[in-house]
Amino acid sequence: MTLSELTQTTGEWLRGEGPLNDVVVSSRIRLARNLAGFPFLSTAVESNRREIHRAVVEQVTASTLGKDELLIDLDEVGEVNQHLLVERHLISRQHAAGEGSRGVTVSPNETRAIMVNEEDHLRIQGLRCGMQLETIWNDVNEVDNVLSQNLPFAFDQQLGYLTACPTNVGTGIRVSVMLHLPGLRFTKEIEKVARAARDLRLAVRGLHGEGTEAVGDLYQVSNQTTLGKTETSIIETFSQTIIPRIVDYERAARDTLAKQHATRLDDKIWRAYGVLCGARRISTNETQTMLSPIRMGIHMGRFNKFDLKTLNELFLFTQPAHLQRVTGKALDENTRAAARADYLRSRLN
Amino acid sequence: MNVICQRCNQAKASVHITDTIPEKRERHLCEECAEKEGIIVKQQHHTTNEILQQFLKHKAAAVGPDAMCPKCGRTFREFQSKGLLGCPHDYEAFRKLLVPLIERAHEGASQHIGKFPVTADTAVQRQTGLLRLRRELQEALQAENYERAARVRDEIRVLESQ
Repeated sequence: MTLSELTQTTGEWLRGEGPLNDVVVSSRIRLARNLAGFPFLSTAVESNRREIHRAVVEQVTASTLGKDELLIDLDEVGEVNQHLLVERHLISRQHAAGEGSRGVTVSPNETRAIMVNEEDHLRIQGLRCGMQLETIWNDVNEVDNVLSQNLPFAFDQQLGYLTACPTNVGTGIRVSVMLHLPGLRFTKEIEKVARAARDLRLAVRGLHGEGTEAVGDLYQVSNQTTLGKTETSIIETFSQTIIPRIVDYERAARDTLAKQHATRLDDKIWRAYGVLCGARRISTNETQTMLSPIRMGIHMGRFNKFDLKTLNELFLFTQPAHLQRVTGKALDENTRAAARADYLRSRLN
Repeated sequence: MNVICQRCNQAKASVHITDTIPEKRERHLCEECAEKEGIIVKQQHHTTNEILQQFLKHKAAAVGPDAMCPKCGRTFREFQSKGLLGCPHDYEAFRKLLVPLIERAHEGASQHIGKFPVTADTAVQRQTGLLRLRRELQEALQAENYERAARVRDEIRVLESQ
C-alpha cells in the first residue's frame, strides 16, 4: 500500500458504520510504550531517535503484523502528507509538527497505526468506526504482545509501563470515543453532560483533541486515570456505562427536537444544505458546522439529498490536505476557501 | 488566674493540683517546678504543620528538587517545569517525589494492576496478577456478585499456591 492510495477512501474513522453509529462516530484506544535502555524523547539525541525508530520498524516488518503495513517516515513525506495523516486520525498534530526521526506504521485498512517517537517511543493505536472498543482492544493488545517479545518495554513492578509523562504511567492506555452531539448542543444540555463526564475524571475535548473546540458538534471523551485499574475495567466503564448513557441523552434530545421544534430543526438542516450548495468561499470550520445538522438529519430520516457515505467524504475531502489531494493543486489558505466551495458545489449540484 | 509558683515563688504557676490524700489541698506550681517534682513530663510541643515541615525538609534533603537522575542528567526541577521525564530511570531516582504526584493524577492509586510485558519474569507476573485479582474480589464483593467473587477467590488460591 502507498500513501497516495490512502486518499481513495474516507478511511476507517469516517466509515459511518459500527454499533451506535447515529451518535458514536468512532472509537480509539492507544497504548504508550517506551524501550528500556533508551532515554525518553525529551532528552534523547538524534542518534537515539534513529535507533528507536529503526528498532520499531524492524520489529513491525519482521512480525506477523508487517506484511502489508504502510511504513511512513514523517521526516521525508512533506507537510501536506503529514496533515493528511492528521486529518485521517492516524497521527496527532504534535507528531506532525515534531522534529527529528519519527514515523508511523499504518495497517492497510487503517484500523491500526503505531506512532514512533511522538511523546513516547511507541503509541500503539487502534481505531474503528462506531462503538467497537472490545474489538480494538483485542487488536491493540495483540500488537503489544507481539512487539514486546523482541522489544524490551520499560516496566516497573509498582508503576507499570513507564511513560515520559507520569499522567500516562501504569497501563499507558487512553480510551477515546468520538461523539456527535448536535441534539444536546441544540437543547443546551451539552454542558451538563460534559460536567458529569468531568466529575467521572474523564476529559471532554473537541475534534482534534487537547485544546481544540468542538467544531461540528464532535466531542471526544477519554479517560485520564491510567494507573490502579485494569485495561479491561477502563474499557468496560466506557462501553457499558458512560457511552450508552450519553447516547441515550443525545437520542432523547433529538426526539424532543423532532416533537417540539420540528420546523426549527428542519430549517437548520436544510439551511445548512443551502449554504453548502451555494457558497462561493467556505472555511473548513464552516463546512463542518454545516455538515453537523445534515448528519443528524440523515440519521433522523429528515434529509435525503445524499447519504452518510457522501457526507463523510465531504467531511474529510474538504479538509486542507485532502482538498489539495482531491483537486491536485497546491492551495494556500486564501485560494482554499474558493476551491473548497467549488468542490462542494461540484459534488452537490 | 495569676498565681505565683508556691515552690520557687518566682515564676507564674501554670500547673494546678488538688491533692486529696492525706487531706484536700490545692497547690500551684510553675512548669519547671512541676517537672522537678515529677508531676509532669515536659514535652516538646510541635504543631502538625511543624512536624510536616520537618518531614518534608528531611525528604527534600534525601531527594530534593535538585536531585538529578544519574542516567540522563535530568533534575526533578526540570521535570516540574517541563512536565516530562528524561528517562525511565527517573521513576527510580525521583520515586519519593513522584509517587505523591502520581497518586494525585490517578485517583489515589500508586500500584499497577494491568497487563505486563510478555517477557516479564514469572515473579512479577504472579505479583501483579495477585494484586489485580484481589482488587477484582473486592469489587465483586462490593457489587454483591458472589458468584464472580467465588471464581476470583479460586483463581487467587491457585496463584498463591504456585
